[in-house]
Parts: sequence; structure tokens; C-alpha cells
Amino acid sequence: MELHEFQAKGLLSRYALECPQGHVAATPEEAERAATSLGSSNLFVKAQIHAGSRFKAGGVRKVRSPAEAKAAARELLGQKLVTQQTGPGGQTVRSVLVEAGVEGGQELYLAMIVDGSSGALMVMGGDGGTDVEERTGNGLPSLKALLLGTSGEMHPGEIADFCKALGLSGAAAENCVGVIRNMHRAFIELDASLIEINPLLVTAGGGLVVADAKVMLDDNAMFRHPDLAALRDQSDVDAVELKAQQHQINFVQLTGDVGIVANGAGLGLATLDLVRAAGGVPANFMDIRTTAKSLDIAQGISLVLDNPRAKVLLINVYGGGMQPCDTIVEGLGIAVRRKGKSLPIVLRLTGNNEELARLRLISFNLQAVECGDMWQAATRAVAIAAGRG
Amino acid sequence: MTILVDQNTKVLCQGMTGWAGTYHTNRMIQYGTNIVAGVTPGKGGKSHIDVPVFNTVTEAMAATGANASCVFVPPPNAAAAIIEDIEAEMPLVVVVTERISALDMVRVREALKGSKTRMVGPNSQGVLAPDVCQIGVMATDRARRGSIGVVSRSASLTSEVVAQLTAAGLGQSTTIGIGGDAVHGMGFAECLGLFFADPQTDAVVMIGEIGGNEEQEAARYLRESGLIKPVVALIAGQYAPPQRRMGHAGTLTLLGRGDAGNKIADLEAAGVMIAPSAHLVGATMRDVLAKRAA
Repeated sequence: MELHEFQAKGLLSRYALECPQGHVAATPEEAERAATSLGSSNLFVKAQIHAGSRFKAGGVRKVRSPAEAKAAARELLGQKLVTQQTGPGGQTVRSVLVEAGVEGGQELYLAMIVDGSSGALMVMGGDGGTDVEERTGNGLPSLKALLLGTSGEMHPGEIADFCKALGLSGAAAENCVGVIRNMHRAFIELDASLIEINPLLVTAGGGLVVADAKVMLDDNAMFRHPDLAALRDQSDVDAVELKAQQHQINFVQLTGDVGIVANGAGLGLATLDLVRAAGGVPANFMDIRTTAKSLDIAQGISLVLDNPRAKVLLINVYGGGMQPCDTIVEGLGIAVRRKGKSLPIVLRLTGNNEELARLRLISFNLQAVECGDMWQAATRAVAIAAGRG
Repeated sequence: MTILVDQNTKVLCQGMTGWAGTYHTNRMIQYGTNIVAGVTPGKGGKSHIDVPVFNTVTEAMAATGANASCVFVPPPNAAAAIIEDIEAEMPLVVVVTERISALDMVRVREALKGSKTRMVGPNSQGVLAPDVCQIGVMATDRARRGSIGVVSRSASLTSEVVAQLTAAGLGQSTTIGIGGDAVHGMGFAECLGLFFADPQTDAVVMIGEIGGNEEQEAARYLRESGLIKPVVALIAGQYAPPQRRMGHAGTLTLLGRGDAGNKIADLEAAGVMIAPSAHLVGATMRDVLAKRAA
């Protein structure tokens, strides 16, 4: 679950992490009042969306007065902000954070994640800035990393050494130890999957201020945190993907015209790769979870049939122990009957109950091109989408 | 021979009395797996699908000699069930449960350190030694006894690849689903080591995907150990959009870690043959073995 910056800072403040004074605003007037109450001539108006790289995209404005804050908020609110991380569609700005600027020198990057390979928490640190993702993309050792257990550092003094290695000394180094301990407590108590502070500003007196923060919470732990559920803002989540989730289907909208139905995440990923290799572009990623019943599958397939860009339905199914082939075909049949329409169907069906599934195709009166393997199916679907079918 | 399981494996199922536990325990029994016990707190002393049920793992092990556990316990209590296995010194734990919280798995990993337990999963289809022992929920119809080891992050692609191998005339020694979650038990490297040490395994298929750096670690292991047996790898998701969770939690690329290109380059550098496409894994393995024989 992704949080907005103002929510992230609200949570981190509970753990004694110092954040600039600020107020969230949903209208230009609220932004003006927020700026007045902050009483500073060094202010920022920051678009609240679930994506980074806002500064480069003009989503963060420096202003000097309540009137300027109001004007900046008017420009940002209701706009679709497109950043490097939003995708081409952008995200609608529904609120802004009006925040007092902080005078700082050095800018640091600090992040905490769960590291799968060590099975521990990992804190990473280095120089702050807007290009950290590019710098770490190839696993370049530009960030220092330290592993932590659920109860904190594994050997005494490790965090202090880590802070010194970030180039800090004196009060700033001591404060940074406190910041990492507090981040760690927040991470454990909130069941976070990411806490990222970028930049962490070092003030003249060695104080450390969280200038920007991103927090993600572990959806699989929300059963422990009913109080945090209210922080969920799904207004920018694609309505189609949300509906699929409700029916035990992982779904990601893509830009092409080959609609994809697959059971299993790996098989879904492989299907995307095959369609691209065959020269086509997928309209979506789909992973029908093993817990989905035929009515859920019908809902998922309906989402693809409703996509105006999709020109063909590529169904790639391996019937497993939990979800036999006939369950998928039944979902397909129900979807097509309910919609009263279909797309050309290319089917690759194998595994548990595949013969039964073929009988179900006939009983639903479904016309499908059946292919013997995934590659034939992908190339056939791509040809049909291109009008060569 | 097989790895992890053999004809002496006696399996207990935690969470056996639930719907999924019942269904899959029945499937395993039909396949010939020696299921000796179920464990459900509060239901001890009863019997379910003709299998005795115990309150605790320790009791079940003492009474039945169980030496492997299959975990179906729902996510909120799954970590506690696994830690119970570790404390009872259960040799092998296969965790099918999906959507266990990441920090719970960190706690499990801490409990595993220095223990006598090997854990497969979570979010795993399980371990299958064709015709010998099935622990888990995988398809078994195409699996055939043979000498190819399969280790995979994806259940659906394991079924697919097993079908391709069998069609190419290549049976399997053991198939292992290491699970689709970021924090899990046995990894590629550890499984490769077991397959290399198994005299009946001639070659290994490794099925990876985007996210994490497990494939890179396998590559590092192979560079250090040397390529003792041929390894063919498939990496799924080369065209997946970044920053999105593609079905498996482990596919989410946080902070730029884990794209497919780096994984492929590292594995190739370690001597691994990359299958050019998901439908060609069986054929690639056949060619690799034919070249080696020639």
C-alpha cells in the first residue's frame, strides 16, 4: 500500500523523525490559509501523488507568500501530473502539501527495505538527490548498505560506523544513528515494506530533517493494522485493476492490442514475453490466482473484452492441481454469454482436465483457434491483432 | 535418486483440516505420498480423511515419525506454524501458504539460522519427486521419473517446463518451487548445490523471473562452484513494465533491483544456457545434453 508524502511524514513524526512544518490542502484557499499559518516566506507547495520524480515534472513549487501558495495550488490541483514514475497517463493531483522550507547543507539518501536474499532488513544510505534510482539501477555500489535484524543492529556500533561511512561526523553522525533507530522501529511497528527519505537535510547545527519521504506498507500485514487502512487512497488506482483484484486476479493495464488471459504469474510474464517476441504488444498482464472460481474468471475476462483497444483474446492456460482447464473455459463461456460479444479467441490449453475443457468449449458454442504450444498461440494472436489472421 | 524427499519421507500437514488442506492432502495420498499426520491446534485426537490429527508438531512427530511438513495454515498464523516446525527440528518444511507478511518471514528466517530445518517456500507449489513423493499442490500429470532437476520461482512455469521436458523424452529427478515471495527459504544456489551432489541428476533447469537478485546470487554461486552439471535457465518478464507488481510479490522491483537483462547477463557469464523463449526450454535442454554426449 502506497502512502502520500503527507501521510508518510505524519507516521514518521510519531517516531520522533523531524519533518518540516506543513499542512495538507485540497483547495487553493486551504493552501493559502496553510501558508499564512506557517508564517514563512520560504515555502513549498508539493503535489501529493503516489509517484516520485515530482520535482523534475514541476510538481513541487517554491513560493514566498500565501498568495503565491494559493496560485501554485490552483495550478497543481486537479491537474494530471506526469513524472518519470507515473507512466504516460499521469496521476491527478487531489491534494497539495504546503510546507515550510528548511535551510540545509548536505543532502542524504536513506532507505529501509526487506532484503529477500539475506532475509533481513536493509538500510541503505548515500548522497541524496533526484537520480538515486538511476544510480542504483545496475546494482552499482554507490549506496552503502547495512543489514538489521527485527530487533535492531546485529552487532553493537554497526549503525554508528554506517553513519560515519556516509561522511557524517559530530552531532550529525550521532543524530543519524537516532534517525536509523527510529526508522527501524517505525518499519517494524508499521509493517512497512519501504521507508525512503530523500533528501534527509543536514542543518547547520547537525540536525537532520526529513525533507521528502516515501512509505509503503505491506498489504499482507494489514490484518494487524486496521487503524492504517484509512490511509489507503485508491483514487489513482486503475478501476479495472481494482475490480480484477476483487476477483482474485492480478491485472496490469498495458498499451497494446493483444488481450491476455493466463493462470499463474510466471505463465503470464512468459506470455507477455512471447507476444513481444512475436512482434505484438500486450493489452494487459493477467494472472488468474489459483483461488479464483469460474465466476471470478468470467469477471476478469470481461475486463479484457471491455478494453476497446483489445483485438484478440490470447488464452494461455496450464491446468494445475488447484485450477483445472475446464474452470477457465467455463469462466470464458460465462463472460462471452454475459457480454453478448467476444473477440477472436486464440487458445492454448494443456494440463488437468483439458479434454473436459474442450467439451465445455463446445457446450458454450465458443469458436476458438486452438494452438499446440505457447509460441504458435502468441504468433497467431499477434497476426490476428495485426489484421493478418 | 531424488533430493529433499525420497521413499522414506513421512509427511504431516499443518492446516490439513481446512478446505485447501483437505483437498490437497487427498491428492498427495492418491499420488502415493506417505501422509502420516495432520496438525490442527484444538483438533488433536480426531481423525480427518483417515489421517490422525494432533494438536502440535512435536506430538505428531513423536507418534508418527514424520520427517517433513506441508504447511497450508492461513497467512496470519503461518509464521507461528513454521516456527513450531523449526523448534521441533522438523527436517523439511514446505510452505504452500501465499501472502504471508514480509516481516513475519524475516522472523522465520531468523529462527531458521543455525536450525536443523530446511524450508521451501512460502508461496510454493512444493516439491515433487515423480513416482516417489509429492509434497505440495503442483500438477503431476506430465511429470515423469528421470534425471533432470527443476528449480523454479513460478508454479505455472514449472508445470509448463515439466511438460516440455517430458515431451522431449527427459524425465525429472525432483522439481522444487522456491516460491514467488521476496523473503523465502531455500534459494536457487542451495538447490543447485543439492542437484550437483545428486548422482541421479544429470542437468538442471532453473526458472527465474524479474525482481530481487536471487538469479544473480545463483550466478555467483556457479562461478565459485564451477558448472558441475549443465544448467538451462528461463527468465520470465523481460518485457514487464518496471515498478509494478506482476502477480508475485517478489516481482516488484523496489529501488531498481532485479531487471531481467542483468540476470541473463550474469547467468550467461557463469556458463548457463539461457532458453531463447519460454516454449523452448525442453528443446534447449535436449540440445545441451546431445552436444555434451557428442
